Amino acid sequence: MSYILEIKGVNKTFGGLHALADVNLQIEEGETHAIIGPNGAGKSTLLNCCIGRLIPDSGSVTFNGKNMIGMEAHDINHAGMVRVFQTPEIFPDLSILDNVMIPALAKRDGTFTFNPFKKMADQHDIHDEAMSILRDFSLDDFADHIASSMSRGNKRRLELAMGLIQHPSLLLLDEPTAGMARHDTNNTIELLKEMKRQHGTTKVIIEHDMHVVFSLADRISVLARGHIIATGTPDDIRNDPKVKEAYLGESEDE
Amino acid sequence: MKISIKSNLIIMLIFITIVLSAPIWGKVIGAAYPDLLQKFAIFALFAIGFNILFGLTGYLSFGHATFLGVGSYTAVWMFKLFSMNVLPAIILGTLMSGVFAYIIGYLSLRRSGIYFSILTLAFAQMAYSLAYSVLTPITNGETGLQLSQQDPRYLDALFGVAVSDGLPSTNFFGLSMSGYSGFYFCAVILIIGFYVSLKIFRSPYGLKLTAIKSNQKRMKYTGFNTRPYLLSAFMISGMYAGLAGSLMAVTDPLAGAERMQWTASGEVVLMTILGGAGTLIGPILGAVIIKYFENIFSALNTAELHSIFSFMPKFMENIFVFITNPFVGDGWHLMLGVLFMLVVIFLPGGVLEGLGKVTNLFKRILGFKSTKQGASKGESS
Ligand SMILES: Nc1ncnc2c1ncn2[C@@H]1O[C@H](COP(=O)(O)OP(=O)(O)OP(=O)(O)O)[C@@H](O)[C@H]1O
Ligand SMILES: [Mg+2]
Repeated sequence: MSYILEIKGVNKTFGGLHALADVNLQIEEGETHAIIGPNGAGKSTLLNCCIGRLIPDSGSVTFNGKNMIGMEAHDINHAGMVRVFQTPEIFPDLSILDNVMIPALAKRDGTFTFNPFKKMADQHDIHDEAMSILRDFSLDDFADHIASSMSRGNKRRLELAMGLIQHPSLLLLDEPTAGMARHDTNNTIELLKEMKRQHGTTKVIIEHDMHVVFSLADRISVLARGHIIATGTPDDIRNDPKVKEAYLGESEDE
Repeated sequence: MKISIKSNLIIMLIFITIVLSAPIWGKVIGAAYPDLLQKFAIFALFAIGFNILFGLTGYLSFGHATFLGVGSYTAVWMFKLFSMNVLPAIILGTLMSGVFAYIIGYLSLRRSGIYFSILTLAFAQMAYSLAYSVLTPITNGETGLQLSQQDPRYLDALFGVAVSDGLPSTNFFGLSMSGYSGFYFCAVILIIGFYVSLKIFRSPYGLKLTAIKSNQKRMKYTGFNTRPYLLSAFMISGMYAGLAGSLMAVTDPLAGAERMQWTASGEVVLMTILGGAGTLIGPILGAVIIKYFENIFSALNTAELHSIFSFMPKFMENIFVFITNPFVGDGWHLMLGVLFMLVVIFLPGGVLEGLGKVTNLFKRILGFKSTKQGASKGESS
């Protein structure tokens, strides 16, 4: 079995804090893999080690057979691994439309293109693509609004759209529904399911909302204090006593 | 002010009309001297270029006068060595400052924010002292680089152009660059420079530069290598400065180190912010406003102040002269400082934002709907 993403023996310490301790994780092609765990477990740190934001102290991260450690963030993006952040990272001063046009430009033009004499208004292919993805997210009515004027939930959805327009082969989502209204959360779940049907995109989702996790995940890994304490199907995880103790026990009565 | 005129052609036609009619509207504001109008055009060009770096990417350079100086020195050397024709001078002046911008940009862009600004300032101070003392054989130090009748001018000599008496004067294929023809030459270059900036603003490249300003981290994780974007923007704005510097030499063929002083670097920052950073027209407006007021206020002296306030009773006159005196003549920079402070505190978007507010107010009074806020910002002009 070959994996799209293979994390082997990754360690990361911050000062004395062992944020990741010998983490091993394999993501299969086409699956939706949820990572759950209490606050401060190291979930975001793990994603940071995959996309070049942090360099692990030891261990390896292999994506599509290629070593990712030491690669620049923009090259990792072009390799097909795209990250959506925990606190929305959008372009607050640009219009909502431009926010999705830019990732589309990156996909089309590569890491650097010098085209100061091309007209933005002539980029019809990208414009149409951007409008269609905004329609999927029901953001098209506000396409020319400044992104900073959006609600937090909509910013998240916008960032998700920015990730999706690049058609990544692996999408890393860090709490994509946090701060969203229930209605938008359900909407997002539907969108992610639809995306899987259409493109078969592989996803890693960090999520605290168990409703989201159990609606989407094919497999779940549980991270606690830097250790993966369990990996398995949703049913395995639900019934794992260690997991109950470390995590589910507290959040089930929410 | 959010006038989003979609058509580049219409914008250019309006712009060309305004620039070429400067000698006419200049009369109204008492600025219709070729010397002053030239200054407007040259500094507008400098500010347009500066705005491509600062306005689009948000990187604040405090050392752009370096490129102004490089442009001037190169142009004067071209006059001395090759020809009094201005074309080779401005071309080489622009290219040479591009080379300098590449080197300084390459090193300074290793940092961002305040550290970037400090690095550019440090390089500019180094360039200044190099020009002032170390490189005296090239720059003629304190005196400044000047033309002389004995200069070789190989190209001119080849074509048998001889200078009979006095210093040679600059020309554009025979058209002398003094008086209004000098202004029109600068005006045409300004129009070209504005057109290029308009194209950049509305290109995918320009959009990516604004995106870097908005969220550089996001740009990186979106798959853009931001370094070459920043470096190319730095070079473009350095080349605009070099072009402006060589035009200074065209209209007045000498170059001195004071052109590279930090005050000159600061001035273009003021122009851009005063007019409205990141807008198409703002920096031009800022440049014209500053040069216009400089022209008026730096020329005033105590005696003239007395005559201005002479309509008042004598003791009032004396008080007013006493208060205003520090702000005129050599004290004009004090005035500039106050002006700048007021704009930054009350109109952070610059004069253009102020004009926008005033137009909206009038529209409301006249019963129009105020222009839609929150619309696309990149297109504002
Ligand atoms: N850049 C950093 N420097 C220092 N400490 C860090 C850094 N990033 C994370 N940490 C620490 O590492 C631990 C794991 O953080 P991480 O953000 O990965 O947790 P998480 O599982 O994503 O939590 P949450 O659910 O709250 O997002 C925390 O204790 C955090 O304070
Ligand atoms: Mg986190």
